[in-house]
Amino acid sequence: MKTVKLSASVLAIAAVSATAAAARDTVQIAGSSTVLPYASIVAEAFGENMGFPTPVVQSGGSSAGLKQFCEGVGENTIDIANASRAIREKEIKTCADNGVTEIMEVRIGYDGIVFANEIADPEFAFTPADWYKALAAELPVDGAMVANPNASWSEVNPDFADIAIKAFIPGTKHGTREVFEEKVILAGCEESGAMEAILGINGGDEDAAEEACMNIRTDGASIDIDGDYTETLTSIQGEEGAFGVFGLAFYENNTNIIKVATMSGVAPSTETIASGEYPVSRPLFFYVKKQHIGEIPGLKEYAEFFVSDMVAGPDGPLAAYGLVSDPELAATQQQVADEVTMGSGS
Amino acid sequence: MADISASPEGLPGAKSSLYAQSDRTRRRNAAETRFKYYGMGAVAIGVIALVCLLTSILSNGLSSFQQTFLRVEIFLDPAVVDPQGNRDPEEMAKVFTFGYQPLIKGSLEAQAQELAAGPAPEITPQLLAGMVSSAAPADLRDFVLANPDRVGETVEFNFLANARIDQYLKGRVTRESAALDSRVDVAQLNAADELVAIGQMQKRFNWDFIFGPDASENRPEAAGIGVALIGSAYMMLIVLVIAVPIGVGASIYLEEFAKKNWLTDIIEVNISNLAAVPSIVFGILGLAVFINFMHLPISSPLVGGLVLTLMTLPTIIIATRAALKSIPPSIRDAALGVGASKMQAVFHHVLPLAMPGILTGTIIGLAQALGETAPLLLIGMVAFVREYPDSILDPAVGLPVQVYNFTNRADPAFVERASGAIIVLLVFLVIMNLVAIILRRRFERRW
Repeated sequence: MKTVKLSASVLAIAAVSATAAAARDTVQIAGSSTVLPYASIVAEAFGENMGFPTPVVQSGGSSAGLKQFCEGVGENTIDIANASRAIREKEIKTCADNGVTEIMEVRIGYDGIVFANEIADPEFAFTPADWYKALAAELPVDGAMVANPNASWSEVNPDFADIAIKAFIPGTKHGTREVFEEKVILAGCEESGAMEAILGINGGDEDAAEEACMNIRTDGASIDIDGDYTETLTSIQGEEGAFGVFGLAFYENNTNIIKVATMSGVAPSTETIASGEYPVSRPLFFYVKKQHIGEIPGLKEYAEFFVSDMVAGPDGPLAAYGLVSDPELAATQQQVADEVTMGSGS
Repeated sequence: MADISASPEGLPGAKSSLYAQSDRTRRRNAAETRFKYYGMGAVAIGVIALVCLLTSILSNGLSSFQQTFLRVEIFLDPAVVDPQGNRDPEEMAKVFTFGYQPLIKGSLEAQAQELAAGPAPEITPQLLAGMVSSAAPADLRDFVLANPDRVGETVEFNFLANARIDQYLKGRVTRESAALDSRVDVAQLNAADELVAIGQMQKRFNWDFIFGPDASENRPEAAGIGVALIGSAYMMLIVLVIAVPIGVGASIYLEEFAKKNWLTDIIEVNISNLAAVPSIVFGILGLAVFINFMHLPISSPLVGGLVLTLMTLPTIIIATRAALKSIPPSIRDAALGVGASKMQAVFHHVLPLAMPGILTGTIIGLAQALGETAPLLLIGMVAFVREYPDSILDPAVGLPVQVYNFTNRADPAFVERASGAIIVLLVFLVIMNLVAIILRRRFERRW
């Protein structure tokens, strides 16, 4: 018995110590759950075609991915961070503090953010102002900020059906939330004239006014979803008349369950997003740790494969899934080929 | 009777009858009956919950073990697959899977016309090719690269059908939903009916679901849980090899050899506490110690196994100590009495008798570890992994993680796969628990 135990523990220790030297040959990716489907499609095709092992793609959100990315350089850190928003100054600094000084930013295309309810629910034609009035924590009324009194969509806009406001929006760890706040809530705040009213109230402090605009109500009309879009979908299915915020690709995979509302009169589609008519879209990125190129086999090849015309182009599998391909893809390809890092003058 | 109700019970002189129940007895009996009903109600709620859960999982998931296949004859056009014309696999590998898509479409053109003339008037070659899984070009390319000599021939393939078509044959996609669905056309459903009728399309048992790797969101029909099975097996092996000797060793020492003092009391309290710590905490610990400090590879079953070991240890220690405690002291006394040393008494007499209890505890601990996702989240094991791990150092996922991954995907076809993976996981859990029960029944001794 004792010898068995002893040999088992020796075995375990041997296994542990043997690993320290083993080199990693698989590209490690983490980050945005919006980019995850695209990254997994590319990873799969990359493994099939290029003779490298299929990269490992972790999910968890843009911020979580970038945090992992900035943990340092070396085999036990990830090589690529997927993000549905641009990297922040603060994150670049954290990266630099941990030795991640050379970061390549790669824009892979655009993604639309759509507002959808169940197919049986009434149709809506939104403007950003409607969303601001529906979801802001406080609205300016007669020269003072009051808690948002709107309980029904018909109170927001008389044209709308009398349905209680209930929206499932991405939680703060998602990059999508930032885009939602800036392109919908803040835009709506300005569009509806509330911005001026707030500036009038607080005496012209623009930063504070913006913050006041983007303050989302917490009285139950708006609910943060920290999980993925599937969770949002389940949530709106359980609640009559509820709206969910989704990525365009998710909607395109579920057109038999949900329908989208127009925004400022434009219906979301890859065409309207590519042309810029549909206002709520954002670029998707991935960030490559340049210091790992040459150390991890297949890293640069993966980046080049990702942005190649056959993958990220308008006829590629990513566009088929719902990515709005980048009109400036050629420039991105050149950047990746030249390994241009951020802050190196391009 | 009137007598009884008139005089308070228990007072001297009060008459009681063995035939008629007193008020108090009636109340006590009523309380007992009520309690029995409460208990039955509680059991019923539990059973109903279990039945609902199982029905939902089985009705959603059983179909994932079957998959629709489409028999197609493909002409391996040399101009497409071997533009250089020298049949050199290395040169031919430069044609990517995207290049193989037109081959499938081209080969289906004649059939599309045939179908368009007959049962599915709106079908086009494009739509017909869309009924084949997007995993098909990869299969085709693998075949061509493995058999370069067959280029130029017409070869019969059994491709997976697209997930929407598969779901249609399984009754989850209807004509009404297809009309609203941007990923499928009603014409394709008509064509599918005809292809089934002529036997070109059929459902078969899908071994690839159990042993195949995961697939991307474009091809739910090709997704399998093979990598997760291997990953889970590796992790269980690591837990078994590390947690059992350490856990059993620790309990034997604490139970049989250690002095009872404040130190062992503290240890005992801590072990009990550790068993109740949320499992995510072990993930944080694993990230800090095994990955950041010891530099073990991320996403590897080794780290996963070590984290799960930490999580399982308290369970094993508590179960083992309970098993050792239940051995009557007379066994030890008898052994010591005939001159055995303390160690001989423990290893020759106490431990063999405690073995069934220890094994049961271990298996329950393993089953708990098998179903755990949270600690794996932080060590990079909640991921899309397609390569089979060759060793415990290669990236892998676990079964519950695979379930989580499937449920997070946009395509509704993944719901079926998630439930299918749950069924496999449940089968393993049931087997493990059965083994635990059998061991206990077979070897347990009572005093």
